[in-house]
Amino acid sequence: MRLPLLALLARGSAHGYELKQDLEQLLGAAYPQPNVGQIYVTLGRLEKSGLIEGEEVEQASRPNKKIYHLTDAGREALRAWYEETADEPRVRDEFFMKLALAPQTGLADQIALINKQRRQYLNTMRELSKLAATENRDNRISQLLIEGAMLHLQADLDWLERCQEELEELE
Amino acid sequence: MSRTPPRPRAENPPRPASSAPPAQDSRDTPVLRAKDLVKTHHGEGAPARAVRGVDLSVRRGEFVAVTGPSGAGKSTLLHLLGGLQRQDSGSIWLDGMCTDRFSEARWATERRRRIGIVFQFFNLVSNLSVADNVELPALLAGVSPKQARAEREQLLDELGLQGKERSMPGELSGGEQQRVALARALVNHPPLLLADEPAGSLDSKGTREVTRLLTRFHQRGQTILLVTHDARLASAADRVISFFDGRIADDAELDRVPPRGTGLGISGVLELKD
Repeated sequence: MRLPLLALLARGSAHGYELKQDLEQLLGAAYPQPNVGQIYVTLGRLEKSGLIEGEEVEQASRPNKKIYHLTDAGREALRAWYEETADEPRVRDEFFMKLALAPQTGLADQIALINKQRRQYLNTMRELSKLAATENRDNRISQLLIEGAMLHLQADLDWLERCQEELEELE
Repeated sequence: MSRTPPRPRAENPPRPASSAPPAQDSRDTPVLRAKDLVKTHHGEGAPARAVRGVDLSVRRGEFVAVTGPSGAGKSTLLHLLGGLQRQDSGSIWLDGMCTDRFSEARWATERRRRIGIVFQFFNLVSNLSVADNVELPALLAGVSPKQARAEREQLLDELGLQGKERSMPGELSGGEQQRVALARALVNHPPLLLADEPAGSLDSKGTREVTRLLTRFHQRGQTILLVTHDARLASAADRVISFFDGRIADDAELDRVPPRGTGLGISGVLELKD
């Protein structure tokens, strides 16, 4: 979450709780339970590495809050982030290794493994559909994030189908 | 499956085990049941065994999706269940009634009364208006023109097609045509809706629309059997049957599967990683 937080600070300074709210507003229901503790920890690390600076602000009847802003190094890190392309998503390697090794262990049937995995993906797909239906339609970023997750899952399901076709032929 | 006794109702305390078996409650009879269905296509080349011994039962109010790779035989299965093709062997029951001796004409009647069907390519009558496409099956079923019109108006409103009554199918988008096809399939309130790749020729937006509408009709009690290769559409169903090589490979009720092990669910697939 380091770089997204830097990106949120590019606009101007903010404190931890504001950043959590910004993320919630941007990603809507698609953002699973933003954890404010995690945000504070990440901000602490970013400060240590000199990418942001915090300033204590006194509050009348509450503990001090810390307002953060980007440093030049932080802005540079952000610029570099935008220069790079992101890594490709990975094939589920843990499941694939399970499937590939199943016959040698004699502990699991490949088709049963595929069926079990498919059930799980379908349930997650169903939850995503429900989430998309309840999430505000006008929040395009949130809808796109959910749709992206669904398309990835669809690809995984298609791939399970291919595995099943190939492996059933062998039986 | 159809032998299970009816659930006792409040005013109807359970009978002692010794009494005669209770009369079959029609609500517990499967809307659709198939046993040992087999269908082989004899075209050029080797015979293709499209359906190889399928047992299936669909309860009232269920929403079942059949998924699988293309060529697995799932469309053939749906065609058998709707009487559009005849099985080589095995039997099909509609509402507990065996269809083995049904003539083509009888199947055609059932497809107006008991079974509504939507297809991938909509199959609307191209030289009839939207209104006439929807009213036609009602009129053929003997409904009065006034009633047919009222049904059509209500369905088109519900499907967001107000103002399209006089359009011809060719003037509509794919998504709109599929909605007209859905209205046509439901105009006679059939107990069972069969859908053969209903989103197969629609874009992502059209797919979402069809998913949403099927979900809505299901929530009101419509029994649906859907054939699709689209997992997003399939996951709207509460039961998903995986079909491979003419056979049922898995039959899973969604949301009722044992705990998902180490799966992370939606937060796992949506989480932003550091």
